[in-house]
Amino acid sequence: MLNRRTLLGSAALVAVAPVLRAHAEDAPGVTAGAIKLGNTNPHSGPASAYGAIANADTAYFNMINEQGGVNGRKIDFISLDDAYSPPKTVEQTRRLIEQDGVAFIFNGLGTPCQSAVRAYMNAHKVPQLFVATGADKWGDYAHFPWTMGWQPSYRTEAAIYAKYLLNEKPQSKIAVLYQNDDFGKDYLLGLKDGLGAKYGEMVVKEASYETTDPTIDSQAVTLQSSGADVLVTAATPKWAAQTIRKIAELNWKPLHFMTNVSVSVGAVIKPAGEQNAAGMITGAYQKDPTDPKWANDAGMQEWLAFMKKYMPGADISDNNHTYGFGVSMTMEQVLKQCGNDLSRGNVMKQAANLKDLDIPVLLPGIRINTSPTNFHPIRAMQLQRWTGKGWELFGSVISA
Amino acid sequence: MIGMPGLMRLLGIAALVACGFLFSGYHLFQLAQTAVYAVAIMGLVVVTGTTGQVSLGHGAFYAVGAYATAILMTNFGWPFWATLPVAGIACAALGFAVGLPALRLSGSYLALVTFALAVAVPQMLRAKALEQLTGGVQGIVVTAPDVPFGLPLSQDQYLYLVTLAVAVLMFAFAHNILRGRTWRAMVALRDQPLAAEAAGIDIARIKTRAFAISALFTGIAGALAAIIVQFVAPDSFQPQLSIALFVGLVVGGAGSLAGAVIGAAFVEFAPLLAEQVNKNAPGVFYGALLVAILFVMPGGVAGGFRRLIAGFQWRRHKPPSMLAKQQGGTAHAE
Repeated sequence: MLNRRTLLGSAALVAVAPVLRAHAEDAPGVTAGAIKLGNTNPHSGPASAYGAIANADTAYFNMINEQGGVNGRKIDFISLDDAYSPPKTVEQTRRLIEQDGVAFIFNGLGTPCQSAVRAYMNAHKVPQLFVATGADKWGDYAHFPWTMGWQPSYRTEAAIYAKYLLNEKPQSKIAVLYQNDDFGKDYLLGLKDGLGAKYGEMVVKEASYETTDPTIDSQAVTLQSSGADVLVTAATPKWAAQTIRKIAELNWKPLHFMTNVSVSVGAVIKPAGEQNAAGMITGAYQKDPTDPKWANDAGMQEWLAFMKKYMPGADISDNNHTYGFGVSMTMEQVLKQCGNDLSRGNVMKQAANLKDLDIPVLLPGIRINTSPTNFHPIRAMQLQRWTGKGWELFGSVISA
Repeated sequence: MIGMPGLMRLLGIAALVACGFLFSGYHLFQLAQTAVYAVAIMGLVVVTGTTGQVSLGHGAFYAVGAYATAILMTNFGWPFWATLPVAGIACAALGFAVGLPALRLSGSYLALVTFALAVAVPQMLRAKALEQLTGGVQGIVVTAPDVPFGLPLSQDQYLYLVTLAVAVLMFAFAHNILRGRTWRAMVALRDQPLAAEAAGIDIARIKTRAFAISALFTGIAGALAAIIVQFVAPDSFQPQLSIALFVGLVVGGAGSLAGAVIGAAFVEFAPLLAEQVNKNAPGVFYGALLVAILFVMPGGVAGGFRRLIAGFQWRRHKPPSMLAKQQGGTAHAE
């Protein structure tokens, strides 16, 4: 008979049911009211400047929670310090998954650190989503179906330069200066992707340097004597500044493409000489928070309002904060698409099902797209030129 | 621990083995990591605790041991156990070479030379010439050995028990070294080098030997680390690792093997504790904890316990001769 007790009992059962379901083996870290996400980041140590990214992620999820969460669930975001030390990343990641019981790991930072846990994450089928590193290896959906990157990889960037050259200067002779490690070699691979069969014909000289080399002077001379009129430089900031200075000294004026890693005004261009760098080109995908061009841009206004309310006092010229905002918004979209099925399998499925997602801090025309065979969410960039005083975007968005 | 009756030691080992079945996953990883640090710090006990030569570069031996195992397992398909002696011997040879400047340098100068090693090794691991073997900046993903003979253990349990077994063996080995003639010669060297030389101790031999043995311990620790972390890269062995090991040595009590175990627990758990106390400034809490321990227990935690026990025995009217023995000598004096 329907009496008060059975009524109360069934009401309680209905209330508990989603909790029971959430505790089911296929959706760890998920309850009726919340989902737990884990993250590792260098909050201490030499790379701690990147901690700004995790702080922006945290602030973004605080904002979402204040607005009621995603599909009614709050986001419980736990970011632990790994000091950019891979063994520590392994330990903290295991803690997040095995002890704290997170649903998955979001935006873990650092190529060596994330490499250290990739096998573990994939063996345990826990999503390793939107890792904060520029290496190309994070898009290897065939071998590591639980791992996905976010930003354009070095290889994508180089392919974009190649595409531009094929369209605008198909007769050019290209010289490449690269750091002899995976970072530098990704640029060679990207140029090969972009130039295809014309690589052998257009690239007239490749030269590498070691991070132990004191200067790149001899490489610059060799490259100049090859008769190249385009130079692609895949160098970290110190050698990038040397390269800019040296080719100015040699009075060599190639069309100079500089890796997006080494375009900081403070760390590269000022030491190299602002005029020496004039005409240099690089690829960009985010709106530069210091560029007055975006002062009245709706997207950047939205970001500034977020900064003001959820990260008061934080540096608004630091592009790590725009990065954190953009990547967290991507995460939010994945959770929205998941609906009520927050199993690890479905999270990964939805992460690989993003269509033309517009993120306010990305350059106009750059959209996020993924598919089961595309684990590189951002594959487009717009070129910008150093005028001698600042960066100026030109041309249209180029997709790799 | 040392000097306790054999029964107590067996009970201790049994308790540690039992941990392998009481804990799981992440906690076993932490315990295994603690055992690894303990072996590494035993190496420092041998060189710094007894001969008094300060080394801030043992992270380098740890790195070399880890890479030796990773390379032999990944590139040459060796089984894990076979790589241990190679890792140990390679590090002993390197330690011997590092021991040579130790003949002319002492105190802060030697500390800096060894620190230079800690700074240089991670860079050398990136070198192009070695990239075929070391994997450059990307490092090497190590596949941990499977549980053999169909034993009903999880991989974490198996790795913990293997690490524990090696740690216990190394502890016994260190215990033997620290009782023999060599140990007396080392201590004599630390306390009265001139008198030691006059008594016929070959200073050069003892110093270089101490460094070699010490590096062997830390190298084997590195080899164990390679299989429990299952990844090695230059960034895994930043100079901070050497400092952390040194902190473990001092916190535990520089002259004692039991101290090495306590120090290892500090190295592993203190940063986690600090992070839980205050997420924004864990370094402040960590530093405060470190200062507090050194202030309350100047001889390290092991030294503090010894003094506590000695004080207790004093009150129980133990013969003064025994007390003198407990207080005066280090733990290994028998």
